[in-house]
Amino acid sequence: MPQATPPDILARVKAIVADLTHKPGALLPILHEVRDTLGHIPENAVPVIAEGLQITRAEVHGVISFYHDFNTQPIGNHRLQICRAEACQARGSRELEHYARERLGIDYHQTTGDGEFTLEPVYCLGNCATGPSVRIGNRIHGRVSAERFDAILDQALTVPIDLEPLTEGDA
Amino acid sequence: MITLYVPRDTTAVSLGADDVAIALARAAEAKGIDTHIVRNGSRGLFWLEPLVEVETDQGRIAYGPVMPEDVPALLDAGLLEGAAGHPLHLGLTEDIPYLKNQQRLTFARAGITDPVSIGDYRAHGGFKGLDLALTKTRQEIVDEVKASGLRGRGGAAFPAGIKWQTVLDANPRSDDNESANSRYSGQKFIVCNADEGDSGTFADRLVMEADPYMLIEGMAIAGLAVGAETGYIYLRSEYPLAQVILNDAIARAEAAGYLGDNILSSGKVFHLEVRLGAGAYICGEETSLLDSLEGKRGQVRVKPPLPALKGAFGQPTVVNNVLTLAAVPFIMAEGGQAYADYGMGRSRGTLPFQLTGNLERGGVVELAFGITLRELLYDYGGGSASGRPIRAVQVGGPLGAYMPESQWDTPLDYEAFADIGAVVGHGGIVAFDDTVDMLEQARFAMEFCAVESCGKCTPCRIGSTRGVEVIDRIRLNENRDANLTLLHDLCDTLEYGSLCAMGGMTPNPVRSALHYFPDDFARTTASPTTEER
Repeated sequence: MPQATPPDILARVKAIVADLTHKPGALLPILHEVRDTLGHIPENAVPVIAEGLQITRAEVHGVISFYHDFNTQPIGNHRLQICRAEACQARGSRELEHYARERLGIDYHQTTGDGEFTLEPVYCLGNCATGPSVRIGNRIHGRVSAERFDAILDQALTVPIDLEPLTEGDA
Repeated sequence: MITLYVPRDTTAVSLGADDVAIALARAAEAKGIDTHIVRNGSRGLFWLEPLVEVETDQGRIAYGPVMPEDVPALLDAGLLEGAAGHPLHLGLTEDIPYLKNQQRLTFARAGITDPVSIGDYRAHGGFKGLDLALTKTRQEIVDEVKASGLRGRGGAAFPAGIKWQTVLDANPRSDDNESANSRYSGQKFIVCNADEGDSGTFADRLVMEADPYMLIEGMAIAGLAVGAETGYIYLRSEYPLAQVILNDAIARAEAAGYLGDNILSSGKVFHLEVRLGAGAYICGEETSLLDSLEGKRGQVRVKPPLPALKGAFGQPTVVNNVLTLAAVPFIMAEGGQAYADYGMGRSRGTLPFQLTGNLERGGVVELAFGITLRELLYDYGGGSASGRPIRAVQVGGPLGAYMPESQWDTPLDYEAFADIGAVVGHGGIVAFDDTVDMLEQARFAMEFCAVESCGKCTPCRIGSTRGVEVIDRIRLNENRDANLTLLHDLCDTLEYGSLCAMGGMTPNPVRSALHYFPDDFARTTASPTTEER
């Protein structure tokens, strides 16, 4: 049974659709924006998006279910992805996967009981010379041993510090 | 003022470069020394990341790999003056043999410049190609690309000049009374395939993070060549840093007049936008990518019609890989012949090989076609990282064959590799040491296909799942001979019964594992060794 979505959430979805609907092929940008804003794409957002784009709900649902990125249920505070692809396998990612499942007590596509971590597989983060690689949020970590994995979890659970990279102004 | 360089690149940052930059800034400030830290792109010498460089009278001196905790000792040892003495001192960056011996055309600026600085880009020869292209006719630009012999770097190696000619000659008006959407009538598109999903590849990412203006310039030239005013970079969502850098670079290029409604006051128009994928490997296949760009499920289209005639939104479209478009500024600036002077046979120019997996010195090695795998693995890669013998090498991504040592002397050239049933693909090279279990690798190839198949063709959608099951039975020694025969049959069905390379080439890693590493299929276990996902 679908949960009732508070009206303000639907209003936010409507605003996103109104903002992006002029773009050619607007559905993916809209779905990304909804997910980034709400953390997931609630079922009740589907008719709003469908109406905004003048397509069927089935079409919207078909697109959502096709892509790994578009989760329809809330996930933990941290999306934790382990690269399962070949270059990381050659550097011990199979062992790391095993360790991560044991350490967190969950399998892929599950969330820890405290709601902190959702574990997902990912097929390549483009960090193939220094695997195994892990992504948490928008941060990618290389050469992740069991110890480094623990450190990543610890870091995620402590007060976040904004490490804005030192960037250069244009010349 | 002392200038320091600390890369802002996914691999460098994944190993702590941000923390190193902060540590350097603080340590220098504590000593009362005025420093200027440039967050450059990476040189692609990933085993040395984070690689810190200091500008000196002799040139840039490198130190690496630097951890934040190394910073105080490095400063005491004279890093700010480029002094030798510390074990991490590497001398002049340009003289590091791994870098010095390369033939860098595409990666000539990588790691040297600040990626988002237009001033840096211009100072290092950037936008020369665009300046020249603005003085030429469309046909002259296309002819230059044809003369270069440039072939698509995404994997299929189709001649770029011929593709561009097809789009140039195509009629974008929807007067043929088909269902073409009138909203887009008259338009052509440039689409950059930046959905670099192959494991063992990161050359596209490095271009976008280290030298994004080269890609922007290449796309603008492509737009001028075929008469397209809109370009899209379809970027995979697994590359968050590339997204940030590209968007920043595009905004600056627009502000400076290199993109927009009046490129460099020529009256020519070209707009560029980054579109994010959503975690589907298949969208690296060009027709899936186009469907995804249009806001649909990323399913493979039947060809014909060719995307060059009916591509994005039903309009004539150039779809090229990042490296293909990134090669264009050099070709325009230096001439097609200068590019064609590199390479062998029909494989002209250079290819950035990406050394990955179990190698001591992983990174980008850009060289003309023709080098052998053995030279790359040992002369550049330094052998395995684990110190154990290298046993198998997968070239060209997850759909490429596993190559045994007997094949490592084959020159890297599209045709030479095709002759032995292997693929160069996007130039990714993944090395495995002798602890690898090739049955597991074959099983993974099938499993990956099952996870990532778009579902359009039955052999790919279902055959891959059956493939995993058959391999599991072989490991369990159930009807071994019959199951081995079945696995071969299944590979044939996948190869001949699939529309695109996903199903068509998944047999490559499976068959090569079976053929060259039969011992691993002879071993049996009482119970499955790999947990089901």
